Amino acid sequence: MHPYLKLDHIDKVFTRGSASTEVLKDINLTIDKGEYVSIIGHSGCGKSTLLNIVAGLTTTTMGCVLLENREVNSPGPDRAVVFQNHSLLPWLTVYENVRLGVDKVFASSKTRGERDAWTMHNLNLVQMAHAKDKRPSEISGGMKQRVGIARALAMEPKVLLLDEPFGALDALTRAHLQDSVMALHQKLGNTILMITHDVDEAVLLSDRIVMMTNGPSARIGEVLDVPLARPRKRLELATNAGYLKCRQRVLEFLYERHRFVEAA
Amino acid sequence: MNMHALKTEPDAVVEAVVVATTAAPVVALMPKRPPLAEKYAKMAKETAVRVVPPLIVLALGMLFWELVCRRAGSTLPPPSRVFKETKELIFDPFFDRGGIDKGLFWHLSASLQRVFLGYSLAAVAGIGLGTLVGQSVWAMRGLDPIFQVLRTIPPLAWLPLSLAAFRDGQPSAIFVIFITSIWPIIINTAVGIRNIPQDYRNVAAVVQLNPLEFFWKIMIPAAAPYIFTGLRIGIGLSWLAIVAAEMLIGGVGIGFFIWDAWNSSHISEIILALFYVGIIGFVLDRIIAGMAKFVTRGTALN
Repeated sequence: MHPYLKLDHIDKVFTRGSASTEVLKDINLTIDKGEYVSIIGHSGCGKSTLLNIVAGLTTTTMGCVLLENREVNSPGPDRAVVFQNHSLLPWLTVYENVRLGVDKVFASSKTRGERDAWTMHNLNLVQMAHAKDKRPSEISGGMKQRVGIARALAMEPKVLLLDEPFGALDALTRAHLQDSVMALHQKLGNTILMITHDVDEAVLLSDRIVMMTNGPSARIGEVLDVPLARPRKRLELATNAGYLKCRQRVLEFLYERHRFVEAA
Repeated sequence: MNMHALKTEPDAVVEAVVVATTAAPVVALMPKRPPLAEKYAKMAKETAVRVVPPLIVLALGMLFWELVCRRAGSTLPPPSRVFKETKELIFDPFFDRGGIDKGLFWHLSASLQRVFLGYSLAAVAGIGLGTLVGQSVWAMRGLDPIFQVLRTIPPLAWLPLSLAAFRDGQPSAIFVIFITSIWPIIINTAVGIRNIPQDYRNVAAVVQLNPLEFFWKIMIPAAAPYIFTGLRIGIGLSWLAIVAAEMLIGGVGIGFFIWDAWNSSHISEIILALFYVGIIGFVLDRIIAGMAKFVTRGTALN
């Protein structure tokens, strides 16, 4: 059987003038359907570059991304991205922001009424239907990110790409939104690839954690299975031995073996 | 930011009222004014604050002007004489005795028509070219240096050339308006397009908007604040240029009206015309500013 999403020997070199920097080196990763995989690493290790490559927003220097055994090298709604800073269009309402993607993806397969219903359905999933006529400037950071998630979900992506989706939020909002994403993953069974630098977040949400070494020429250092049963409860896990062990492993990787080098 | 200020203000008022009532129960015994009247009073006060100072300055200026120009042998008429001599023009702007002997309304509307035509063409072409220059590095490298040179050419310098090309006053004047107002529109649009955040481009790429959809749904709204800055500068420049152009091409139009008045030594008529030109220039600027406010609502970066 072929893997659902496959990152095959990916190298990425950025060239500016005569200077070139190798950011990623020989990245190999396969992700199964319905799996929740996190990529964790210190800042500057190229994890966002890796996500952009999967999204098709950046091209690879060598290697390729295979989705259902077909190469993907340009952006598309089958790999919808939830951006770190929400990236909602400020001149559109919450509803219109979600509808923009819906109209494009389902232009021929759904009628107008169905597209409207589908937009509202996805806003309901993230509990944002009440603010559908508000503009992004009128809602909080957490709400903006919810709308960002609804916009991505509404495109029915094969893989949902989350680029540090909770990074810009305060701790309480972040926890709340993590729970929402967990519930959505449970309910919809999406395949999710998430970039994060938060160890607790990675362990709480993921089935597998991909740990990256420091750049330049970052590689996958270690892949950790998180064998915790779902649904997971934040409070119960705080004292769960399996959770603590996973957490310990990631912390050791990040702070002992691949300590962040200031100069890098 | 403005929104926040507006939002917090009523809260602060409510809080202040609450504090006042809890601290001093006597307040409740005071006769309550109906809140609506209070609102109107506040509005009237705000309007007065904005309107009264310029009126006072205007009155003082008129007084000064009257005193200076009243003396015998003064080269310019005082305001009282201006009013007396132009009463007919002021109160009957619609007369039409054929040829160029028309009321001020007809002169102004002829000028406005030229501006409207030239400026509309400049807006469409300017936003188009600005988008091209802002979006394509090669278009910028090829066109930008040329634009930078062309935009320094004074509007009237184009007039003889356009007269030679069109062999008619009307299209020449429109062309002068066009060529005057297009540069700020191009340059500001290009800056606006270049400043579209990469995030919006990424969103468009993921959603797979085609170039036309990208233009209408992302570029124009994202660059709207910049585009309107260009449009506002452009309308000001076209109104500046039309008067000078009309002085040279003749026919009906406020510019020629002024020139004609000078040739017949009707100084008062010149002053009246200048007054109208100023007011209309101001109104045109406010119209574009109002459009900008309406179109770009909610696009404040956050």
